[in-house]
Amino acid sequence: MNPDASAVDTAVDVVSAVFMIVGAVMSLAAAIGLLRFPDLMSRMHAATKPQVLGLFLLLAAVGLQLRTWWVWPVLLVAWIFQLLTVPVSAHMVGRAGYRTKHLHRELLSTDELEAVVLKAAEAAREQDSDGGR
Amino acid sequence: MELVLTVTAVVLSLAAAGAIVRIARGPSLLDRVLAADVLLAILGAALCIDMAVNRHLNNLMLLVAVSVIGFIGSVTVARFVADRREQLNES
Repeated sequence: MNPDASAVDTAVDVVSAVFMIVGAVMSLAAAIGLLRFPDLMSRMHAATKPQVLGLFLLLAAVGLQLRTWWVWPVLLVAWIFQLLTVPVSAHMVGRAGYRTKHLHRELLSTDELEAVVLKAAEAAREQDSDGGR
Repeated sequence: MELVLTVTAVVLSLAAAGAIVRIARGPSLLDRVLAADVLLAILGAALCIDMAVNRHLNNLMLLVAVSVIGFIGSVTVARFVADRREQLNES
């Protein structure tokens, strides 16, 4: 084997090792965030790190280690699938958390949903009193 | 590669322990759902590292299935939490 090929091989190994370690550290960061942050919203911020960036780094490490071009579309499909599902579930959890008041209101910098919720509640109350008459 | 495997195994074990502590302690149901989601992400990370170190693709379908289960689980639980609390407020 010529030395160039083995040098490239070592470089690819080093890059994928760095990707794997950083991807694992993303999971650790999410766990530390889950343990230390005060309420649901800030915990959600920490929880998305391994789901998107961590998975991307680890799938890139898999692609680099296998050293074939045809796995990249498969890995991309797996990553895009995760990218489509994670925002939906985060939206549902955040919505339920807002509605059930699992948040520290003094930690929010802006609350753009409050006016909408108040308006909807008022409209519902008016409809109720109309129905009562 | 052995060193990388050891380091990532230790890091992922610590992360999983943190997520499990949050599942056990979590003040609300939604905190537990979120921590279970993170635990599934950590499981997916472990599957990815196994594939990368041992150079196979056997776990790829399992990885996609794990992410589907996490999605369906958290969406379902979030819906039921919202429904129950609204009914409590009305009564």
